[in-house]
Amino acid sequence: MPDKRTTVEEIVAELRPGMTVGIGGWGSRRKPMAVVRAICRAGPGDLTVVAYGGPDVGLLCATGRATRVVCSFVTLDSVPLDPHWRAARQQGRVSLTELDEGMFYLGLQAAAWRVPFLPTRAGLGADVLLTNPDLATVRSPYSDGPDAGAELVAMPALHLDVAIVHANRADTSGNAQMLGPDPYFDDLFLGAAARRFVTAEEVVAPGELAEHGPVGTVSLHRLLTDGVAETPMGAHFTSCDPDYGRDEAFQKRYAASAADPEVWSAFRERFVDVDEAGYHAAVAAEREGR
Amino acid sequence: MTGPAEHGVTRAEICVVACAEVWRGDGEVMASPFGTIPAIGARLALRTFAPDLVLTDGEAALIEGAPPLGARLVTRTAAMPYRSVFNVVWSGRRHIMMMASQIDRDGNQNLSAIGDRERPRVQLIGVRGAPGNSVNHPTSYWVPDHSPRSFVAEVDVVCGVGFSRAAAAGPAATRYHDVRRVVSNLGVFDFDTPERVMAVRSVHPGVALDDVMAATGFELVVPADVRTTRLPTPDELALIRDVLDPTGLREREVAS
Repeated sequence: MPDKRTTVEEIVAELRPGMTVGIGGWGSRRKPMAVVRAICRAGPGDLTVVAYGGPDVGLLCATGRATRVVCSFVTLDSVPLDPHWRAARQQGRVSLTELDEGMFYLGLQAAAWRVPFLPTRAGLGADVLLTNPDLATVRSPYSDGPDAGAELVAMPALHLDVAIVHANRADTSGNAQMLGPDPYFDDLFLGAAARRFVTAEEVVAPGELAEHGPVGTVSLHRLLTDGVAETPMGAHFTSCDPDYGRDEAFQKRYAASAADPEVWSAFRERFVDVDEAGYHAAVAAEREGR
Repeated sequence: MTGPAEHGVTRAEICVVACAEVWRGDGEVMASPFGTIPAIGARLALRTFAPDLVLTDGEAALIEGAPPLGARLVTRTAAMPYRSVFNVVWSGRRHIMMMASQIDRDGNQNLSAIGDRERPRVQLIGVRGAPGNSVNHPTSYWVPDHSPRSFVAEVDVVCGVGFSRAAAAGPAATRYHDVRRVVSNLGVFDFDTPERVMAVRSVHPGVALDDVMAATGFELVVPADVRTTRLPTPDELALIRDVLDPTGLREREVAS
């Protein structure tokens, strides 16, 4: 059985300028923030980020790492709009490939299934087709029934160079356990990617995951993963139920740091341009009012 | 246009009932309300005239009944993670009430961005699932701030698809396209016109039709006999005030 243990630094070292990077989770929920922070600190630029967008997108835009984002939305959930994302868009610093949420799902699914596209009604008549000139429609080859010859959106496979997702727990061989209410689309991010990484609150020996919950909670299996890194509090400040909820106070701090360049620069120095241990120490100090 | 409506009923309470009414007759479908007043409205509908509706916890589960807004204790009855939501959307067993930053005469909706595509003046939340929702199942809209900036001649980004756009996209787009109704803080609108363009369905009590026209950036179809939006019944009012929204969150979304 392979030992796939790796580190955040080794994951980030695989990234190259111009790569397409998929990030799991949803909005401000279970995002692999330890890796996002490391990319912000020391990763390459010119990245295309593919995500159900949350503060991962905001931070990668604010630090100039992302130059293109493929998404349906960017939200912090309890804060509806991420001000860092808005600033990047309104200042023309990042381009957007905007897709319907369902199209996005089918694009990942198509890549994971190794088919060039999947058909859907989603997108028909909407501007997502006009703003993405690469998107084509396809005519049904079947002549029976009410959808005979129907023209549908042919959602192309969304291929990723690298995907990173965060789990509650993983084992050293690359299986991972999701104990929260929603597995989101993490298996599809991994399935759509050439290099596939899982970060987890805790990494245990193979076979031990079943001690922590029914096998159905081990929703990511090792055929989907190339590397596993242990990152305690690695989703902070997004939620990682049931281990911890979203750090709403810190998220507000993050959102407020978009107010002007000086405030952002202070935030960046304290919480971004520091290593992971330094980050958690700074968050703890902030919480204690120091 | 301001001040409490008749009988001490607030404008927000009238809006709650107008939103509830969009789900009347829907049967057993997932009601997906966005915004505070639609959330109260869907709960009111479920507790009164649309008992077979199904609500979610806003996260990843279906829930039992229609608990008060913000209730901590809800009974989760079935898993509904995001991926399963698409199974529901694409099966048609859902009626969503989305918000619209802009909506136009054709029923196109925008929640993506205002202004230039490459460098928008205002970046909003994004297209979300609006395109897929609008061509797969009944879709209504809620606009709490009716003005020429929200009711526009043409939306900047077509997210939710209106009637002309669906027709131009062909039968696969129109087959399940069903934009039902628009509720704003001033009135209720539908597309039950020969050209499928927006018409006044009713004007809220205390609002003049001229005020609605002045607040709309395009020409609304006005039927010969414009109705007044109905008031809540005493039972509905008690449910809204005492059970569903006892802290009055509705008044923060639409002022009286």
